[in-house]
Amino acid sequence: MMQRRQFVQSVGAAGALGAMGLVTGCASTPGGKGPKVVVVGGGYGGATTAKYVRMWSDYGIDVTLVEPSAAFISCPLSNLVLGGSKTMADITTPYDNLVKRHGVRWVQDMAVRIDPDKRIVVLAKGGELPYDRLILSPGVDFMWDMLPGMATAGAKDKVLHGWKAGAQTAALRQQLEAMPDGGVFAMSIPLAPYRCPPGPYERACQVASYFSKAKPKSKVLILDANDDVTSKGPLFKKAWKDRYDGIIEYRPKHKVVDVDAATNTLKFEFNDDLKAAVLNVIPDMRAGDIAVKTGLATANKRWCEVDFLTFESIAVKNIHVLGDSIQIAPAMPKSGHMANQHGKTCAAAVVALLTGKQPNAMPIYNNACYSFVSAEDVVHVTSVHRYDADKKTMLPVAGAGGVSSAANELEGRYAMAWARNIWADTLA
Amino acid sequence: MKTPHILLVVAGLVGASGWVQAQSMDPLQVRSMAASCANCHGTHGIAEAGNESLAGVNKDELLKKMLDFKTGKKPATIMHQLSKGYSDEQLAALASYFSALKK
Repeated sequence: MMQRRQFVQSVGAAGALGAMGLVTGCASTPGGKGPKVVVVGGGYGGATTAKYVRMWSDYGIDVTLVEPSAAFISCPLSNLVLGGSKTMADITTPYDNLVKRHGVRWVQDMAVRIDPDKRIVVLAKGGELPYDRLILSPGVDFMWDMLPGMATAGAKDKVLHGWKAGAQTAALRQQLEAMPDGGVFAMSIPLAPYRCPPGPYERACQVASYFSKAKPKSKVLILDANDDVTSKGPLFKKAWKDRYDGIIEYRPKHKVVDVDAATNTLKFEFNDDLKAAVLNVIPDMRAGDIAVKTGLATANKRWCEVDFLTFESIAVKNIHVLGDSIQIAPAMPKSGHMANQHGKTCAAAVVALLTGKQPNAMPIYNNACYSFVSAEDVVHVTSVHRYDADKKTMLPVAGAGGVSSAANELEGRYAMAWARNIWADTLA
Repeated sequence: MKTPHILLVVAGLVGASGWVQAQSMDPLQVRSMAASCANCHGTHGIAEAGNESLAGVNKDELLKKMLDFKTGKKPATIMHQLSKGYSDEQLAALASYFSALKK
């Protein structure tokens, strides 16, 4: 059978298809008017894709966004909630504008199954959504199997990850507030790759900042499975020494292999057990469940390999995967900023494919990531990534990008401006 | 699935003329490149508070600014690093694109 994608591409090579309505004839979606795009996941990746597919198709392509959460809650800046300088409300944005301004149909539900042959998404509440192109941006899910003790009843409510902004962020803040002065907050970091490489180190700063003001006898213990700090290392180490000396202790090569939630104890591959007042276990991560279940996690059954021109899965036609779920290109971080960039690249490609045009053959985009080392001072890392046609992947542009020379307040203001702008670009 | 394919081929041939205007930089490629600036400078170059809007800014001014970031002549927090990732031709295309957007 001829693959639909190849066919549309060959038409595109012959010339523009132009009229959107004619593509509809090819879609196997009964009763539909325009081509149908379904986006699963309303984070930085999915929400951006939904908005830009609408915008760039001149509102000719139907877009349905499947997202169970009542509102978007940002992972970037969520460590400031732990530090106490921001509230949950500060990092929450409604989905209203996607619906009102851009005509995205928002289904507040969870995608539980995908049938790639019938091209339908099955929802938790029982409905089905047909698609011509499906975009999955489900973020990460955790590899709980690697921490057997976390399967114990109540363990996941007591030992928090706080790595998906939301209820766990607020609950972890409450644990910090309830902790008596003199206690130890122990945070474990998984081996890279994981969502937001500098995030744990920023979190250590934020918790230490809170302790230095409210609980000066308390400690922050970082237990990192990696050999060294994975992002902005010298800048974080300087912040820990200059600002939080005696509060933050960093221990590399500490891989957590189990957790005893009843006694608040971490067990390591090579080191002695460790007990702390508050545990924060950031587990190993993989692509979101729905992507794994659909057979898209082709790299070590963990991450989804994609064609970086379109973000289409290498395993299943007409399904695109982006954001934290993908097998990243060299030096590409799993970040919200990057997921937004994936979203726009994918949106342009999907609009092109559904209108018989060639996707952009040379994507180029950037990453900018700010970390707060206090309530005001910030350090950044930037990079620019360009498609390499020979290697068929995105590569960092040599000579571009870099880090801050030192933490500073000006970048703190730019970090907040970044947040306002990317939230608007993603959701407004 | 089978019949509509024939219609598609015909439509493809009819629409051919619109796609041939091959330039050194495809407008859709420039649009995508410009969209990667929106994370900080706003969708369509209209920024939220705290960052500069790029929409409707004079083309030559904008290009000069980006080139000055690139050469290090103009200090910055991150733009001196990001501008180095783009060729002068790409920066010119971006300046041209943003200058044509409505403020």
